[in-house]
Amino acid sequence: MVTFDIQKLSVWLGSTQALKNISMQVQAHEILTIIGPSNSGKTTFLRMLNRLNELGPRFRREGALLFDGTDIAALDAQIVRKKIGMVFALPLPLPLSIFDNVAYGARMHGVRNQKQLRAIVERSLQEAYLWDEVKDRLDTSAFKLSGGQQQRLCIARTLAVEPEVILFDEPCSGLDPISTAKVEDAMVKLKQRYTIVLVTNNVKQAARVGDRTAFFLSGELIELDKTDKMFTAPQYRRTEDYIRGKFG
Amino acid sequence: MINSRITQKIAFFGLFLATLLIVLPVGMILVIIVQKGWPAITWQFLTDMPRQGMRAGGIFPAIVGTIYLVGGAIMFALPIGLLAAIYLCEYARHSVITRIIKLAIVNLSGVPSVVYGLFGLALFVVFFRFGVSILSGSLTLGIMILPIIVTASREALESVPYSFREVSLSLGASKWQTIRHIVLPNAIPGILTGTILGLGRAAGETAPILFTVAAFYLPQLPTSLFDQAMALPYHLYVISTQVPNVDEKIRYGTALVLLTLVLVMNLIAIVIRAQFRKKKKW
Repeated sequence: MVTFDIQKLSVWLGSTQALKNISMQVQAHEILTIIGPSNSGKTTFLRMLNRLNELGPRFRREGALLFDGTDIAALDAQIVRKKIGMVFALPLPLPLSIFDNVAYGARMHGVRNQKQLRAIVERSLQEAYLWDEVKDRLDTSAFKLSGGQQQRLCIARTLAVEPEVILFDEPCSGLDPISTAKVEDAMVKLKQRYTIVLVTNNVKQAARVGDRTAFFLSGELIELDKTDKMFTAPQYRRTEDYIRGKFG
Repeated sequence: MINSRITQKIAFFGLFLATLLIVLPVGMILVIIVQKGWPAITWQFLTDMPRQGMRAGGIFPAIVGTIYLVGGAIMFALPIGLLAAIYLCEYARHSVITRIIKLAIVNLSGVPSVVYGLFGLALFVVFFRFGVSILSGSLTLGIMILPIIVTASREALESVPYSFREVSLSLGASKWQTIRHIVLPNAIPGILTGTILGLGRAAGETAPILFTVAAFYLPQLPTSLFDQAMALPYHLYVISTQVPNVDEKIRYGTALVLLTLVLVMNLIAIVIRAQFRKKKKW
């Protein structure tokens, strides 16, 4: 099953070309990790998938980006973003209580029933392995949580909308190793029900959680393969250099 | 080393002196007005009609008139100003025209108030036939404070981090839902600051109400929007320059009441703002 089918995708943000002629597929229920040095276009690629790039000025794209067979530009942006959730690089709780953060998406999509909302919040927090830590203080501000807890709250908030795909944009860049391990655990377990695309600066993280790994460099897709193979016998010299830490 | 220490002292002294020069006149104005006006403040002064050609009695109709005018101006300017700010900040494309519009709005707050008065006379009093009335005066004051409210609201909206908007949109919320549930609640303190500034300006200006609403001497309360009314700033002008032999304490008493009225309005807005700030969670 193919979730995303990308053909010859090029993207310009202003006058700089951020993505150059990318062709690849994202399979359903896999964790696809994307590695590459900064400025290699990984985040731009990720933000293409839920149509966040187009919010900025002077955005232009060429090529096809099919989601379940339909080009995402032909779909309603709100529906695209509901089906394709995103967890950002920094923990970004909304200035609301823990409960309201998780319930936000459901409320925006018309769920008014308090009982139903409570069920959604509990289920999502449990899926993000945060429920036990916050169940007694759901009404306190989300900003009172630690960084790692905030990031899992953001995951719960994304899950509450019941997406099909979850995009992670360097979700552990600001977290300590223990919080990172918790977030990674959550991701691996989420794979059974969601398709996951993970952008990471941490090569080891890609090796730990990825089924397949893509290597981006200067806006180009250099190599895409099974994670095991990529990390043992990469096809290209540049991939090997990056993985071994020789540049980037 | 010694040199840098001396320059530091000179700089510190200069900065302190500048601050003192700002605080001093304000403090002196307050002291003089309270000192000279306080003896005039009695229950009768606040609640009675002016008598004997404004040389005795109270200033009740002027107080009521000012409250009506300021209330009307805010009721007109706040919704329109806020909606315009939302449009300019959230919806308008970044183009030369929007930049010109924004610049024009900022510059409008520098237009002399007497010009607004003439504009109000031409548009509301004469063209719309509202006559010299509370309605005309409120609308004129409202137009005068619109740029203040638009500018402050825009700054408040822009100060809400872009990432909040992105998170909300990424959860599938619409643009309006994002504005309604995330941007606006976090911009309210800043919007209220603009409203406070507008309130003070509307309560204190004389020129815009001169041609549009103010009555020289009208010892009765207005009964409709189309009535003329007395107002504190104009009343103060009248008893200070137009009527001979008015007791000094009545003049300073009137100034004190005007000052207190603005202060109380500001206080209310500040309390509301503090309530919202307390709820703000970042």
